[in-house]
Amino acid sequence: MTAATEVTARLTGLVAALRAHGVRIGTGETVDAAQAATALGFADRALLREGLAATLLHSADQRRVFDTVFDLYFPYGVGAPETGGPDSGSGTAADRDDLRDRLAAALADNDEAMTARLAIEAVDGLGGYGSSPGADGWSAYQTLERLRPQTLLARVRDDVRSRGGAAGFTDRLLEDEVRRRIEAFRALVAVEARRRVAERRGRDEIARRAVAPTADRVDFLYAGRDRLAELRRTVHPLARKLATRLAARRRRASRGAIDLRRTLRGSLSTGGVPMRPVLRRRRPARPELVLLCDVSGSVSGFSDFTMLLVQALHDQFSKVRVFAFVNRVDEITGLLRHGSADPEGLGALIRAEATLTGWHGSSDYGTALGEFAERYGAAVGPRTTVFVLGDARTNMGDPNLPAVRRILGRARRVHWLNPEPRPQWGTGDSAALDYAELVAMHECRNAHQLGALISRILPV
Amino acid sequence: MFTSVDDVRARLAETGYLASPSVATTVFLADRLGKPLLVEGPAGVGKTELAKAVAQVAGARLVRLQCYEGVDESRALYEWNHAKQLLRISAGRDETWDEARTDIFGEEFLLPRPLLTAIRGDEPTVLLIDETDKADVEVEGLLLEVLSDFQITVPELGTITATRRPFVVLTSNASRELSEALRRRCLFLHIGFPEEELERRIVRLKVPGIDAALAESVVRVVGALRAMDLRKAPSVAETIDWARTLLALGAGALDADLVRDTLGVILKHQDDVLKAAAKLDLDAV
Repeated sequence: MTAATEVTARLTGLVAALRAHGVRIGTGETVDAAQAATALGFADRALLREGLAATLLHSADQRRVFDTVFDLYFPYGVGAPETGGPDSGSGTAADRDDLRDRLAAALADNDEAMTARLAIEAVDGLGGYGSSPGADGWSAYQTLERLRPQTLLARVRDDVRSRGGAAGFTDRLLEDEVRRRIEAFRALVAVEARRRVAERRGRDEIARRAVAPTADRVDFLYAGRDRLAELRRTVHPLARKLATRLAARRRRASRGAIDLRRTLRGSLSTGGVPMRPVLRRRRPARPELVLLCDVSGSVSGFSDFTMLLVQALHDQFSKVRVFAFVNRVDEITGLLRHGSADPEGLGALIRAEATLTGWHGSSDYGTALGEFAERYGAAVGPRTTVFVLGDARTNMGDPNLPAVRRILGRARRVHWLNPEPRPQWGTGDSAALDYAELVAMHECRNAHQLGALISRILPV
Repeated sequence: MFTSVDDVRARLAETGYLASPSVATTVFLADRLGKPLLVEGPAGVGKTELAKAVAQVAGARLVRLQCYEGVDESRALYEWNHAKQLLRISAGRDETWDEARTDIFGEEFLLPRPLLTAIRGDEPTVLLIDETDKADVEVEGLLLEVLSDFQITVPELGTITATRRPFVVLTSNASRELSEALRRRCLFLHIGFPEEELERRIVRLKVPGIDAALAESVVRVVGALRAMDLRKAPSVAETIDWARTLLALGAGALDADLVRDTLGVILKHQDDVLKAAAKLDLDAV
């Protein structure tokens, strides 16, 4: 293969991997990227990265996926590091202590180039496992378990302090700064391990499997803590976008149908010929919203996110009331308003302050819906749209369909958002299909789907 | 216009704009590939400044289209000068209809608006389309022809093509999703908060006379605030404001009282001020 075709193959491979992760890239952009690569040259990897990002990406949240994939297709090098030291790879205790010493020094100096080099060395020395071909590899987890960089925090902090690097007011920031540097080092180790594995197993496979998707496409049900935190940071931008979309829909909806009576009245001056149609004007009434959220462990990530989103949208509605349940119902509208400053603690706050369980701790939709219809029936009126959030897994309990019918009879509309993929509805203890016969049930697995749904079905 | 990425960085720095590597690379590519540049990012990181700096470097005329809700064709592209057309018609009473008609739809009666101005000029031009996300979706449609082919079609006159392609910068705060068609025609640049080292240089450039140690502490505190998950994270503009405030107060170094009293300069929400005060161990504000 000549150099030119090799580069083209790399580039198209990169584009294919990005497309597999939901980044929409046309052929035109690929051509642009190739032109950018020619203009920039391949000497400076950082420039190439920025150039390809500028031509291939369309929004900032795709950057995380892009960086990981770029590292796989345009690695800084091939194989083990050349400056491996006297006997790298043995992973002895002495080696590890030496590495820890040098890492502590680099972190204290905030020397990014050195930290990056140490990450490479650490994976090479401590991350390898297995010896037979096919079963061996490199593990970031193992590297970090053996190196334990988080335990260096106190040492690095004292080191910086002893040198007088942080006197006065900024001293109190030091600990968090060191913590961020350690986090950056951990990320570097993950990148390096992925590069080594990709060499062994093939780039395309690793790019498909081991790259985390963009935050808005992470499944609510499987998102880890840090991904959920990342998601929560997108609540306000998303709410702003949805608000403009809702406002546009409201503008369009405010005129349209012809007001026959006024058109005919107006036509009298033109001899009964309706020259000027008069359009009906809508009464500006803001809709009311009731949110009924399952906050049991299995779906709490989903309901927390949706609650925050609706709360951020509250000025679009005349009234928003939020109820939470596991197997009993309680109103949490007040908690949400106060808790808006600290979204992280929201779940814990709800579970501490509201009465959500009785007798047992697992979710029971039948009982909860029944209790809601009975105790809070007055919250639902002809102008109210009800959203039920949950996976409809009743733990074999009675789904209590009559209660749903009662809510349905009172409300303007009822929607059910289910974080499970559609094929799983009705399997096992899920009563989703029973409920879906009565109310409109929507699949809502990630923030992307939620955003699209909300802008479509939210009343204006 | 530019010979290399380093050239971009050096020449932008001369005008007082310190570019990060990603900014410099993307500006270089926009110039080289002749594509418009779509800049996104939080408020106050220098999106509009970038366009101004590029115009200054290139010695180009800056044409600015400020978008807002309701901006339309007659504000963005061109408009016929109706009053002048009426005058022309009443001045030549004994003309034939054909003569008058061909005459009143000529260049003389065309009022160019920013997009047409930028396309028609012969001198180098930087076209800044500011806050594109504030404009309605229909305006994006108008922009498509301009951005992909650098031409504008006036039904009465025909198509006007740029003799010299302007350097186009679009900025957006992402309050609305721009259409895929528009994004596809542009190079995408996200300007985030700068790295600590770069921000320190920016502060020392924009606030001459500030002590190096004070600048460093200011940048570190702002960095800590940005990591706090606030409603509105402080931007570069706020960092500079704060540094100016501290300089005006004659402060030599930061201390808890000073930070507490001036926190309002960098944080714009009361919730944020309370949260930051708690996390920075300041006494109650």
